[in-house]
Amino acid sequence: MASVDAPGGHGTRAQGALDALHGLSRYSLQRWRQGELGALPVILGLIVIAAYFQSQQSSFLSARNLSNLVLQIAATGAVAVGIVLVLLLGEIDLSVGSVAGLCSAILGVLIVNHGWPWWAAIVVVLATGSAIGAFQGAWFALAGVPSFVVTLAGFLAWQGVQLRVLGSTGTVNVFDPHISQIAQSYLPAFWGWLLGIGAAVTYASSLWIGQLRRRRAGLATAPALVVGARTLLVVAIAAASVEVLSRFNGVPTAGVILLGLVVAFALLTTRTRFGRYVFALGGNAEAARRAGVNVARIRIAVFALAGFMAAIGGIIFTSRLTAASTQTGGGTFLLEAIAAAVIGGTSLFGGRGSAWSALLGALVIGSVSNGLDLMAQPPEIKYMVEGAILLAAVTVDAVARRSREAAGR
Amino acid sequence: MPVDKVTQKGGDTSEAAPLERRPILELRGISKRFGAVEALSEVDFEVFPGEVVALVGDNGAGKSTLIKCVAGTHMPDDGTILFDGEEVRIHTPSDATRLGIETVYQDLALCDNLDVVQNMFLGRERVASLVPPVVELLSELEMEKRALDVLESLNVTTIGSVRTRVAALSGGQRQSVAISRAVMWTAKLVILDEPTAALGVAQTEQVLALIRRLREQGLGVVVITHNLHEVFEIADRIIVLRLGRRVATFEHATTTPEDVVAAITGARGQAA
Repeated sequence: MASVDAPGGHGTRAQGALDALHGLSRYSLQRWRQGELGALPVILGLIVIAAYFQSQQSSFLSARNLSNLVLQIAATGAVAVGIVLVLLLGEIDLSVGSVAGLCSAILGVLIVNHGWPWWAAIVVVLATGSAIGAFQGAWFALAGVPSFVVTLAGFLAWQGVQLRVLGSTGTVNVFDPHISQIAQSYLPAFWGWLLGIGAAVTYASSLWIGQLRRRRAGLATAPALVVGARTLLVVAIAAASVEVLSRFNGVPTAGVILLGLVVAFALLTTRTRFGRYVFALGGNAEAARRAGVNVARIRIAVFALAGFMAAIGGIIFTSRLTAASTQTGGGTFLLEAIAAAVIGGTSLFGGRGSAWSALLGALVIGSVSNGLDLMAQPPEIKYMVEGAILLAAVTVDAVARRSREAAGR
Repeated sequence: MPVDKVTQKGGDTSEAAPLERRPILELRGISKRFGAVEALSEVDFEVFPGEVVALVGDNGAGKSTLIKCVAGTHMPDDGTILFDGEEVRIHTPSDATRLGIETVYQDLALCDNLDVVQNMFLGRERVASLVPPVVELLSELEMEKRALDVLESLNVTTIGSVRTRVAALSGGQRQSVAISRAVMWTAKLVILDEPTAALGVAQTEQVLALIRRLREQGLGVVVITHNLHEVFEIADRIIVLRLGRRVATFEHATTTPEDVVAAITGARGQAA
């Protein structure tokens, strides 16, 4: 239309922009209808939370506090990554808190009481976490006991083992410098910037190269506006994070570890056969079985990975507190990890979600907890607010699921 | 590669009268008992390439049992199965798949949360080694292109984007995806269990057109159905089971619905 009214370059350019906008809105509408909102709601939620706490307490967005926030969420986020995988299957793992606690205890006792080198203790602890997960997964996958029950039993039993390992003193102080550096060291500004720029460039180029290859292959591509917006968003987040964190001590090592794990699991779930089968099992286990997928093997592997991530959470926890105690991995730790996965957008009903939701959800939970602490609110308020946020997230999940089902027919 | 046979097969068939050629699948004297119940007794059955056979019969007539014997879910107690002229034993569903027999069950076995391409390649994903042999990444582009080719060759045009999740598709589209998936891997025989049972008029027409296209491509097609109207629309031959026996066979051209109903209900038996 526009080109008819106004001939020449101006008209066609307007027409082009109009087409692009039209394509963009149709694309977004389609995704919206299919219940594919991705990370958008969580990111908006995070902005609202940050704005609120900043208005209440101007130190919330300070470099020191944000750096602290990263350290606060590192352990929860790592465990939540494992939970995401389990939730994708449509299952639950209630034992990860106890497993993290047990792994922390084993790490402390091996290094302090038995004089093991730090790296050997870490290897043993990672193997222990994975073995526990595989054991529970096998119990669920082969014996057919619901994962809820198996891991509830594990929740109690591994806590018992944790107490036994720690013995009568109940606390082991772990001052090994290698261990404490995990959660207490920072990347120098140069390396922080290198990492941030490297990550942003890798992400953006893989995104654009992917689109280019699709176009060359004659396949449908996402609107350039969408890809451009996504690139800008990621570059902005990377630059802002590094800039702010560098103003304090630098990018925390634990944050780098968490980010690396999230990226690794994001690739595992979306780019490999294993990940595809995890989604398939969460969507329709019978269909996957008929398609020749080894259902039991995938299930056991997922629980083993959840145990592995619980062990990593335990290690980060030990490093942060420079101690392994009877309290490690207890309290609200387990529920915060599960809440993080769900708040971040991974469905409790299986088959929908992303490793990134662990990071985003942990940021939401961590921000709320951190912000309420800054406002000197007592724990009871924290529990109530976190409970309300979890309920809201699950409700969004349930409503989205219903609308998807309604749209299906 | 079995995947390429769909396109190779196009056009070279169904000129000659199917009965003069060798059946792609032939069952001889198949019997199956479940305890005291004789589900099938000495059933013969044959499908020719480029032919649509409707397998009809009342509930409990033995249709599903017969199909399951071919699909590898049941083992017949007695009788022989010949596939492409050679005697075969089908112990498991994967035996059947390996021979080139694909079964699309009523529940379709699709993952709602996966998209069309992911469903079509489920369990048989194409991968490329990144760090051989440890890290293998999915070859999404290759799979998407192949899926598009298959859907196009079958003239399945109603699906907007092959990256749509199956949950968002209509019943007819889902059935089309399930059938396309089966056809993509098999070259020879497709068994469809009640393919239109849950569909509306327009969607049924979509699926029937797809079945005709399978025939044009030279596949043998067996359709289990209760819908006689549909039987007369697509079937070349109609085989009637009653109480575990094959009681009648009709050529499409020379029969009426009344004859078929009579055979199904047992009001009148008719020799094959």
